[in-house]
Amino acid sequence: MTDLLEKSSPYIEQFTHAEQAIGANGAIGAVRRAAMDRFVKMGFPTMRQEDWRFTNTAPITTTPFQLATRNGATIDADVLAEHILDRTWPRLVFVNGYFSVGLSSVIDLPGSIQVASIADVVDGDGPTIEDHLARYADYETHPFTAMNTAFSRDGAIIRVPAGTTLDRPVHVLYVSVPGAGPQVSHPRGLIIAEPGSTVTVIESYLSIESGSGASVYFTNGVTEIVAGDNATVDHYKIVREQQNAYHVGTTHIQQGRDTTVTSQVVTLGGALVRNDVTAVLDGEGAHCTLNGLYVMREHSHVDSHLTVEHAKPHGDSRQFYKGILDGHARGVFTGRINVHKDAQKTDAKQTNMNLLLSENAQVDTRPQLEIFADDVKCTHGATIGQIDEHAIFYFQSRGIDEATARGVLVFGFANESLERVRPEPLRSRLREALYELLPQGKLLREAL
Amino acid sequence: MLEIRNLHARVDGHEILKGINLTVNAGEVHSIMGPNGSGKSTLAQVLAGRETYEVTEGEVIYRGQDLLEMAPDERAREGVFLAFQYPVEIPGVNTAYFMRAALNAIRKHRGQDELDAVDFLAVIREKMKLIEMDDSLLNRAVNEGFSGGEKKRGEVFQMAVLEPTLCIMDETDSGLDIDALKVVARGVNALRSADRAIVIVTHYQRLLDHIVPDFVHVLVDGRIVKSGGKELAMELEDSGYAGLDKGNAGAEPVAAGTVLS
Repeated sequence: MTDLLEKSSPYIEQFTHAEQAIGANGAIGAVRRAAMDRFVKMGFPTMRQEDWRFTNTAPITTTPFQLATRNGATIDADVLAEHILDRTWPRLVFVNGYFSVGLSSVIDLPGSIQVASIADVVDGDGPTIEDHLARYADYETHPFTAMNTAFSRDGAIIRVPAGTTLDRPVHVLYVSVPGAGPQVSHPRGLIIAEPGSTVTVIESYLSIESGSGASVYFTNGVTEIVAGDNATVDHYKIVREQQNAYHVGTTHIQQGRDTTVTSQVVTLGGALVRNDVTAVLDGEGAHCTLNGLYVMREHSHVDSHLTVEHAKPHGDSRQFYKGILDGHARGVFTGRINVHKDAQKTDAKQTNMNLLLSENAQVDTRPQLEIFADDVKCTHGATIGQIDEHAIFYFQSRGIDEATARGVLVFGFANESLERVRPEPLRSRLREALYELLPQGKLLREAL
Repeated sequence: MLEIRNLHARVDGHEILKGINLTVNAGEVHSIMGPNGSGKSTLAQVLAGRETYEVTEGEVIYRGQDLLEMAPDERAREGVFLAFQYPVEIPGVNTAYFMRAALNAIRKHRGQDELDAVDFLAVIREKMKLIEMDDSLLNRAVNEGFSGGEKKRGEVFQMAVLEPTLCIMDETDSGLDIDALKVVARGVNALRSADRAIVIVTHYQRLLDHIVPDFVHVLVDGRIVKSGGKELAMELEDSGYAGLDKGNAGAEPVAAGTVLS
C-alpha cells in the first residue's frame, strides 16, 4: 500500500495543478474527480492481477512522468508532411495532447458533421457531448483509463449525424515531441456515429524527434466509439511510437442494433505497448471485427488485450490478430469473449497467429471464453511458429534464393493483415513501414 | 543431360535410395514407376535439392555440372524444375508476385531482362489458356484454398511459365479427374522439345496414356529393377508390381559392385 501511494502520489499533486489549469466545472469536472479518486484507490496495475499477468508496468510506474506541456511542443508543417496520408481528408493534429489548429484541416465537411477538438467543443456553445464523453470506457476498474479520464485535456471528437456518410476517412494524429524530462500525455478521443451513419477514422500515434538528449515519453490514450443503430464504423489505430517510448491505449466500442464496427490496431514501435480493445455488442444483430497486427523487435513488449461483450442476441464477432516478433521482443495476446445469458445465436471467432523470428522472441497467447447462453457458436485458435521450411524449399525450387524467400514469407504473413486495411494510401504506407522493419525488407521493396 | 550414378540417399537413418543409375538425354521423356514406398518421390526431391534427404553415395551430373553441389535455388535457375506431389500453400503471397519473382530470378540468371508487371502478364496469359487456368487465381495466395486438382494444374502452369530444361514431375497425376488429367497432359506435351527432358514419377499407368514416354523404369525398394519402352507400363498395368522379377535389371546399366537381390 505504501508502495502504491508512493507511485501515485506525484500524480495527485499534478492533478491539483491540472485541475487549476483546465478548470473543473460541470458534469465533466465531476467525472474527472471521480476517476482520480478511483486511480488513487487502485494504483497502477501489477503482474499479480490477471489482466496484467504478462506485462510488467514497472518501467512506467517507476518513471517520474510530468504532464506534457504546450511549451516548445511545436512542429514544422514540413516535418509533419510525411505523416499526412491525404491532404483532402479531414485532419486533426494534437501535439503532446494539445490541439494544433495550424496543422489541422477540417474544411469542406458536408452537413453538420463535426470534426473538432474536444476541448474546443466543451468550452464552446455548440451541442453538448456530456452525454457521451467518459460514459463508456471503464475507469472504475482500469487504472490507466481512470488516469486518462482524470488528466486528459483534449482529443478528437468526430460526430456524424444520423443517416450521413462521411466519404473520406478522418485522420487523427497524436504526435509526441519528447522533452528534456519524462513526460506523459493523455489524449482522449470520442467518435459518435449516429444511427444509420458511416464513418472511417484513422488514429495515428507517432513521435517527432526533438533532437538528442530528449527523454522518454508515455502516451496514455483512450478513444470511445459509439455506434448508433445500423451505423458503420471503421477504426484504425496505428502505433508507431519511438523505440524507447511507452504507450497504453484503450479503444472502447459501444455498439447498437445492427451496427457494423471494424477496429484494426497496427503496432510497429514502442518499448512497451499495451492495446486494450473492448467492444460491447449492446444491440441485436451487431457485427464486430477486431483485427490486429504487431511487429516488434529488440527488447520491446506488446500486449494486445481484447474483450468482446456479447450482450444481445444474434451478434457476431471476429478477432483476428497476427504478430511477428524478432530479437528479444515479447508479445502477449489475451482474447476475451463474454457471451451474456440473453445473447443467444452469438457467433464468435478468435484467431491469434504468431511468427517468431528469433530464438529469444517470446509470446504468451490465451483465449478466455465465458459463455452463459446455450445456443451459441464460439471458436478460438492460436498458433506460434517459425517460418515454414517446406515453404522456403518451395520458393527455392522455383529459383528464388533463401534470403528473399524468408523475407517474402514473413512479409506475406503480415500482409494477410494489411490486406484488411481498406483506405489507401494507409495500406501502402504500412507496407512501406514493414519494409523498413522486417529483415530483408530492403530487398523486398526492390523485389515486390 | 542428366546422369545419375549409384545414388544412395537416406532420411532419419533409413536408406531409401540404394544405388540408382539413370541416364536421361535431351528430348526424352522418362517415366519412373513403382509401388508406394519404393523411393520415387525421394529421388525427385533429392534431384530438386531437398535437404531432408542425405545423399550418402553416388553422383548426379546435370549438363556437365555436379548437381548435388548446387543449392536448390541454383538448380532451379539452371533449369531444373520439380512439380511437387504436395504443392505448398503460402498464405499472404499472391500467385502473380510469386511467379514473377521466380521468372525474373531465372531470367536474370540467363542474362535476360527482368519483366515488369505488364510484360509478365502478357507472357503468362498464353500459358494460362494452355492450362485452362482462371485469371482470378493470379490474385489469390499461392495454392491457398486450391483444390487438389487446382494445385496440380498450378504446378504445370508454373512449369510452362518457367520453361525449365529438366522437368521432374512427382505424382502430378494423383488425385486428378480425367478432364484435369487431359489438361495437365496437354500442358506437358506442349513442353516436349528436343532440348528439354521430362521425368515423370507416377504410381499409375493412366497418365502415360496421354503423355507417351520414351522410357519406363520400375523402381522397387530404392533400385531401378527394370527399364524398357512404353510397353513396360502396359505390362505393369496388367501384372502389377508384385509380378516383377527383382533380379531382372533390364536395360539399366548396373554400377560395379552393386549386388541385386
